[in-house]
Amino acid sequence: MMKKRLKAGFDFTWRDMEVGNVITEAGNAALRKTGDWRTQRPITDTEKCNKCSLCWLHCPDAAIKPLEDGYYESDLFYCKGCGICAKVCPKGAITMIEEEEK
Amino acid sequence: MSKRIGLEASHAAAEAARMADVDVIAAYPITPQTHIPERLAEMVANGELNAAYIPVESEHSAMSTCVGAAAVGARTFTATAGPGLEYMHNVLYVASAMRLPVIMTVANRALSAPLSIWGDHSDAMSVRDTGWIQVFCQNSQEAFDMTLWAFRVGEDAGVLLPVMVHFDGFHLTHVTEPVILPEQEEVDKFLPKFHYPFALDPDKPMTLGAYAPPDIYSEAKIAQEVALRKSKDVVIKGFEEFKNIFGRCYHAVEPYGMQEAKTLLLTMGSFSETAKVVIDERTNRGESIGLINLRLWRPFPFKELRQAVKGAETLIVFDRCISFGGPGGPVHSEIKSALYNMPRRPKVVSFVGGLGGRDVSMKDFEHVIDRGREIAENGSKGLYETVGIRGKVTDIRG
Repeated sequence: MMKKRLKAGFDFTWRDMEVGNVITEAGNAALRKTGDWRTQRPITDTEKCNKCSLCWLHCPDAAIKPLEDGYYESDLFYCKGCGICAKVCPKGAITMIEEEEK
Repeated sequence: MSKRIGLEASHAAAEAARMADVDVIAAYPITPQTHIPERLAEMVANGELNAAYIPVESEHSAMSTCVGAAAVGARTFTATAGPGLEYMHNVLYVASAMRLPVIMTVANRALSAPLSIWGDHSDAMSVRDTGWIQVFCQNSQEAFDMTLWAFRVGEDAGVLLPVMVHFDGFHLTHVTEPVILPEQEEVDKFLPKFHYPFALDPDKPMTLGAYAPPDIYSEAKIAQEVALRKSKDVVIKGFEEFKNIFGRCYHAVEPYGMQEAKTLLLTMGSFSETAKVVIDERTNRGESIGLINLRLWRPFPFKELRQAVKGAETLIVFDRCISFGGPGGPVHSEIKSALYNMPRRPKVVSFVGGLGGRDVSMKDFEHVIDRGREIAENGSKGLYETVGIRGKVTDIRG
């Protein structure tokens, strides 16, 4: 949507919008923070996790990332807090907590 | 050599689209626009025009098809009227926001209910804020000229916006008048080939019409608003180029009659020509009176309007549409707010008439002028007055 490739976030003005808001390059959704309307976020308890990968398979976005040690973590830059990962986890290792809770 | 032939506004507009060598036409027939797509379909079938004529099942599809066609860089044309324009309403916003120069003629028609196939400006006023460049025509010649001009302006690399050319249903669409048709060479000189810079191309993939979260939408809309306002320079330049090639001269705001007249009447579309006869008679008698034909509706010509009303004491605005529960005729409201902050401005009086095909005669315009002056002088309890309505209208109060 922007004339030049921009860093993550929204550090551009209306003057940087391409004519008709055309997106002239592929893959720039990765740069857009879309996890900011979440009301709940997933917390993973690695004590319970058996690395089955169901959360990663079921996430409707690309918000679950496999880690090198075989566990999975939520990427809050994209996570919308839908809770599907928590629902499908056979071990109950993922809990959804309110955003306000620390 | 150009030729002078008898044409109704519908066929004149179709002729303009043919001479512009359009690539795609997608339209759904609706009275009183029918003759436009009908004539174009005939031209395509006869081999007079090499274009894809796409018959669609609705106006929503017509405009959606036009959006797709313009996105591949095709010169795109459609036409509609009244309820058809309403049915494509949300797609109108898509065409302008995606900066796709679809050219559309609108045979102005009243909106139901009660069902009416006849003319007024309710349809045009309902699409005021859709982000299209919009002009009004007074006669068949203008229907041809403005349609051709619309391609030149909308497709300009610095504009890239859709253009709506309004002309009155039946009063123009079905009335045969002498029209001067230019030579193809002249048209080709005026109208360069269309090159859409973001045309869909498998070798150069792009995303058109993407989704915008709250953090982007506002910036996108401001960029669109600035683009429409900036298009006015090309709108004016287009009029000048048109005059240089075809000899006919158009302006955003067209004053008629006495210079710096004390009383001004403002009209749009074909009714301006009836009003001009009244103005002629009155100026011949030495009255200080003139008319403003408002041609350019969007982007609104603030500067030209303010210049045209300079020195006037009374400005009577004649609308062919009701803004239900609002401050008066919709054109009148805009004129009023355009002039409100001027240190010296005329009194603005609103009249509404000519709804759903009702004629407004010279006699009616005489009444509008005389009563308008009276209201300007003595004030009125009403927000606006009507012309040609049977029964006294007393309850339109602010």
